Amino acid sequence: FVRWVNLFVSLLSLLCLQKSPVLCIGEEQPKNCFTELQVLKGHFDIVRFLVQIDDFRCASAGDDGLVLVWNVETGERLQELRGHSQQITAITTITCKNEVTLNTSLITASSDRSLSLWDPDTGNRVQTISDLHSSVKCLLVLERLCVWLSGGEELCVWNRDFQLQCQRPNHSDTGITALIELPKNYIAAAMDKKIMIYSLTVSADSSVSVAEIRCLSDHQDQIRALINVNDGFFASGSHMGELILWNATEWNLLAYEHILWEESQAYNQTEIRMGAPKPSEMSIQHLTTNGNLILAAVGSGLYVYSIQTRSVVAYRKVAHDSNVLHTMLLSDSELMSCSEDGSVRMWEIQDLPLPAEPASSGFFGMWSFGRSNKQSGPPSKKVIDIPNIRMLELTGDLIGHSGAVQMFVSFKEKGLVTCSADHLLILWKNGERQSRLRSLALFQKLEERGGL
Amino acid sequence: MIGSPDVVAFAKEDEYGQTSPDLWPLPEEFSVPLYPLADSNPWAKTSYAKFTKDFILISEFSEQVGPQPLLTIPDDPKVCGTFDLNYFSLRIMSVDYQASFVGHPPGTGYPRLSFVEDSRVVLGDSKEGAFAYVHHLTLYDLEARGFVRPFCMAYVAADEKKIMLQFQELSLRFSQASECLKAGNRRAFAKELQRKLRDLEYTHSVLQREEGLQREAGPQSMYSAHAVEKANELANVEKSIFEHRDLLKQISSYHRRPRRDPHAVTCQKCVDECLSECEELLNKYAKIAYPCGYGEKAGKGEGHPRGQGEDDDEEEEGVKRKLSYTPQLIKAKSAKCFDKRLKTLQELCDKTFYEATVELLKETERSFRGDLCYLYTRRLDKALQRKQRVTTFLFEEDLNDDDEDELGTLRPFCAVNHAVDNYVLLNPPPIVLAPEPHELDALERPEHLDPASETSITLESELGLGESHLESSPSDQTLETQESSEETKGSFSSDKSGVGLAEIQQSLVSMKSEAPDPDPDSDLTPDPNHNLERESSSEEMETTAGEDEGENGGDQTPMSLLEVVSELEANREEECEGVSGSELLVPIDTACCMVQEGFLYEASAPEAVPHLCQNSHLQPSQTLVVNQEPQALLPLQDDYTVGSPCSESPATGLELPSGLLGDAVSRTSAEDGSDCTMSASTGSDQTASPLGYGALVTLRQRKKAGQGALRFVRQYPFAIQALWCLLSGRTLVVLGADEGRVRRLVAALALFVPAPGKCGERVQAWLSCPFTLTDLQRWKLIGLQRVASPLGSSMLYSLSRYSRYISILDADHKTLRCPPYRGQLLANIADHRTYIRRGSTYFLHLQSTLCHLAAKAFLFTFTHHLHLPVSSTEGLEVVESRRRCFLQEQLGLSEEDSQILLYLSQLITQQYLQPTGSSAAAPSFSFNYTTSILYKI
Repeated sequence: FVRWVNLFVSLLSLLCLQKSPVLCIGEEQPKNCFTELQVLKGHFDIVRFLVQIDDFRCASAGDDGLVLVWNVETGERLQELRGHSQQITAITTITCKNEVTLNTSLITASSDRSLSLWDPDTGNRVQTISDLHSSVKCLLVLERLCVWLSGGEELCVWNRDFQLQCQRPNHSDTGITALIELPKNYIAAAMDKKIMIYSLTVSADSSVSVAEIRCLSDHQDQIRALINVNDGFFASGSHMGELILWNATEWNLLAYEHILWEESQAYNQTEIRMGAPKPSEMSIQHLTTNGNLILAAVGSGLYVYSIQTRSVVAYRKVAHDSNVLHTMLLSDSELMSCSEDGSVRMWEIQDLPLPAEPASSGFFGMWSFGRSNKQSGPPSKKVIDIPNIRMLELTGDLIGHSGAVQMFVSFKEKGLVTCSADHLLILWKNGERQSRLRSLALFQKLEERGGL
Repeated sequence: MIGSPDVVAFAKEDEYGQTSPDLWPLPEEFSVPLYPLADSNPWAKTSYAKFTKDFILISEFSEQVGPQPLLTIPDDPKVCGTFDLNYFSLRIMSVDYQASFVGHPPGTGYPRLSFVEDSRVVLGDSKEGAFAYVHHLTLYDLEARGFVRPFCMAYVAADEKKIMLQFQELSLRFSQASECLKAGNRRAFAKELQRKLRDLEYTHSVLQREEGLQREAGPQSMYSAHAVEKANELANVEKSIFEHRDLLKQISSYHRRPRRDPHAVTCQKCVDECLSECEELLNKYAKIAYPCGYGEKAGKGEGHPRGQGEDDDEEEEGVKRKLSYTPQLIKAKSAKCFDKRLKTLQELCDKTFYEATVELLKETERSFRGDLCYLYTRRLDKALQRKQRVTTFLFEEDLNDDDEDELGTLRPFCAVNHAVDNYVLLNPPPIVLAPEPHELDALERPEHLDPASETSITLESELGLGESHLESSPSDQTLETQESSEETKGSFSSDKSGVGLAEIQQSLVSMKSEAPDPDPDSDLTPDPNHNLERESSSEEMETTAGEDEGENGGDQTPMSLLEVVSELEANREEECEGVSGSELLVPIDTACCMVQEGFLYEASAPEAVPHLCQNSHLQPSQTLVVNQEPQALLPLQDDYTVGSPCSESPATGLELPSGLLGDAVSRTSAEDGSDCTMSASTGSDQTASPLGYGALVTLRQRKKAGQGALRFVRQYPFAIQALWCLLSGRTLVVLGADEGRVRRLVAALALFVPAPGKCGERVQAWLSCPFTLTDLQRWKLIGLQRVASPLGSSMLYSLSRYSRYISILDADHKTLRCPPYRGQLLANIADHRTYIRRGSTYFLHLQSTLCHLAAKAFLFTFTHHLHLPVSSTEGLEVVESRRRCFLQEQLGLSEEDSQILLYLSQLITQQYLQPTGSSAAAPSFSFNYTTSILYKI
């Protein structure tokens, strides 16, 4: 048994060691406020999507075709939306303004080639369309025009009553993988290596037509992410690590960043040598923005890009042990990422301490940048080429899932919901706040009862 | 345990106690005198009784031989010792019994059954030192004189006060038993009547046939002496038939008569069943005055027109019955009174009913075990617990009462187990005393009778508190001392208790009562041999008692095996706690410490032993013991010496011996509850493991676990950290390769898990697969198998992955990985130099400390301003600092100690908000991010 304990100890240290190129924050995490969790069970397969319905509800969907509606405050399962026979491929919310109330419904698309509209309050399937030609991969709701779009092998425009307004087949093999709305009723759709710009025209008799306007083909590889940054820009990321910032109105390329994670060979003898990075290491899995910054999940690393300066703000090549699947910018300095390694990590963009060593760890430029110190994790050396570089400091991690964390949704102070390939959702909460709320409830109940 | 002495002190002198008036003032007799008078032996009064513990005696007044004892409960000759049961039966049966009129009352032609209500008497025999609650009852027997057989059941105790003060409760319990017996008896009586009627009818038909033949033979013979005799006989039989029919009518009208006895509650369903049964019988026999149901045999009499009354149904029934019973010819002259064999009690009552009654009486005996002080403490405890529902779930055992529906009702005892909800409120007793004390395993019987109610408790406790005449001698005895002394007394076998038994007891008892938590230097040490002897016998007793529990399948072992087991336990004991060296030192059995922790066993040093043997009268028992248990003197291995910390090798205490006794020991540990081992390897899976197997965790098991906990505390210097982890809600994983050891550790540590759940749901004693986050959420204490396989590495992976949520206690290498604890709060219960030697003492000590903690947590939880702002202008920081101030300055808790309180408070809050825990929401799991360090021995 000594052997096994030794093994255990070595395993522990190995795990730590293995993480050490990344970082090993350890168990002391004073900045991590998520000190309470609830495990939400209900799915039978990988949970891939989470959408926020309102300020206390969210819906989860996954490969089991189930859509579950949860109360984030209590952790209760409110509704179970059954109807799809195959995995859900896209889910979004659609808000209808009634006279008084805002009614939020859910639109889901599934591999069974159907689309459904659900009422999350009652759990009813309000509308459903089946027997589509192909399965829908992305959905886009245009509240302004009271229509919504579905993208797959064809682009379809639907009105609120699930009536097909118009339809436009496309010629790409892969079909539309992402849709965003651009100003002036334009739509950008990512198709393989291209971005198509469509214009949407609503005629007087409220019929809608779609016209192809422009094809942007600057990406060298398949486009993995397409986001709206703000009114002036949108951004896209490709499988080989290209990040392109586009003008949203004139659709021209504003900045091109190729993230290569290139190692400087001469940097350090002990440095793990890497040849040409595998494409998956550079693949931009996810993009997110808050208007000022773009956060790209590149392979297992994170990359923060500033729109104003058109330059990188902070980065970390190995932020997780495995591919980063979803990211979020909580503020200009705080961000969060989740990964296939089953963890969620919280980061802070911090100013670098005074430069300890002047030497650059490698060339860092428009096209590539070097990797910094291995041991300390954060790039502790000031990169001369980019004077504004800051460091990405790990402030906490959430460990709970035993499978890849697919996505998370933050409910601000109410907590964070994560969904994972282990069929679970975890609701992470601030323990102190929860304890305060419980105390409040306790004294309310005490008052109602008129004593113990 | 709210009522344990430490807490009593807390309740009295606590600074918070001053603010509110003391709702539960402690009766004078329960307060523990700090300096007990040297000569005040609380047992002095009762020690001259010739029996060793209370028992129940069933006697009958036999019409043949007079009063005679029938059976005692417990059915063990040792119980009564030299007590003369015959004489005592005479005494109790000769009490002025409510004489019943038997025979033919004037004006009626038939004998009448007398419906006699039970009578209840308390009588004492000061010469014998026996006092008894005597419950007289009458059963019906067709063959008995006047059809009645007087019986009585007596609860015999040495303490008069106990009888007097428990009178109501005793009366209640015995009434239930009596009702049960009588119900069975009526059934049996009706059956007997039926049989007799059938015999009579058959005889009648035979006689009639003979008469008919005579009539045919000729008129001369009509008046022959023979013929006259026959005619008389016929007339007699006819009369007898009418008489019996009348008796049947009477017995079936039993339930219609008003009951004067307030305690006579019967199961309505039983009553209904019985009534309908009797009615059916009555109808049948009313119709067939001269039945010829057996006409096939008798030759259907042609001259009997009334014989046709039998309808098809009955004919069929008759045929069916014939298979089981053939009517017999009844001789005109009955046998001489003294020749016939009287029916036994068992025959008098239906078998089911008899067994149920015995079961009930056993239960009664069990619930009245212990002396008055113990019973009262227990009840007080329970009453307090009821008042403290908000926090009792944390550390107290489950009360197992649904007193909402028991308010003022009396649940009748039903032998045939009609649904429990089936009872009706019949003549509620004016005063129901407190619920039966749940002694030890009462909790295992969810269906057991518990005539408790809120009101009655108040009544009872008021009674208890107000009555100052209850001057039970002030003693410092605690629960377990009394219990053990009871057991000790019970375990003396009669053959050697003849001489000086009382003195032995007295001396032992006084030793014990003087020093419940002894100074190790005290030279008052009982002969260890005594312990062994006691151990073996009490082990037997315990096991036999265990059989009643019905759930402990392991007790079906034959007696010889049991003896072996006890020997093995003794051996094992050597390993655990035995004292090495001297042969005179025979180890105490920690396994049955609960039962027989009776005597302080302190061997401060081996050389202290010889002078112990001055007690000359203990010598015989010693030799006896050695003869009985030769194995007990096997060389000791791997033991640590109790009481001499210098020789205590910390690494070995909890070790299982790996030597020749290994297998036997694991069997033993499966048998004994102290370790709660359920070793799959030995196949003793029938032993109810207390943890994680869905069984209710009983007080008994918890007390037994106390020994393990004490050992843990004494052995591991980092025990305090482990306890802190458990109490502050951090899941503790006990990792080990040996299932037995892990299970024992888990069972011991389970005592420290707050809110473990009724069945220990928060504890997983043995897990051999990797765990997930959900498991951590569900279980607060996990025994994890260390396996040398790929599975093992995935388990280690889960251990390291979730290491931030757990503490890991490595049972094999004696390490603990957990956050550092620097507080002082737990030093009290986790002192490895503690002077507490016995598991149950430690258990009580622990209970009182935990109770103290729970009280603080209660205070903290329900103090509004510690959680919420007082005014709207106040920020959260103010509240936070106020809370910290309260915890640190007012309660004097360090940071880590505060975490315990916060966790307990969280549990209380959750329990209060969702008492049933039946919320649709998933349970929440709290933790914090702190660094762990590795502790080594």
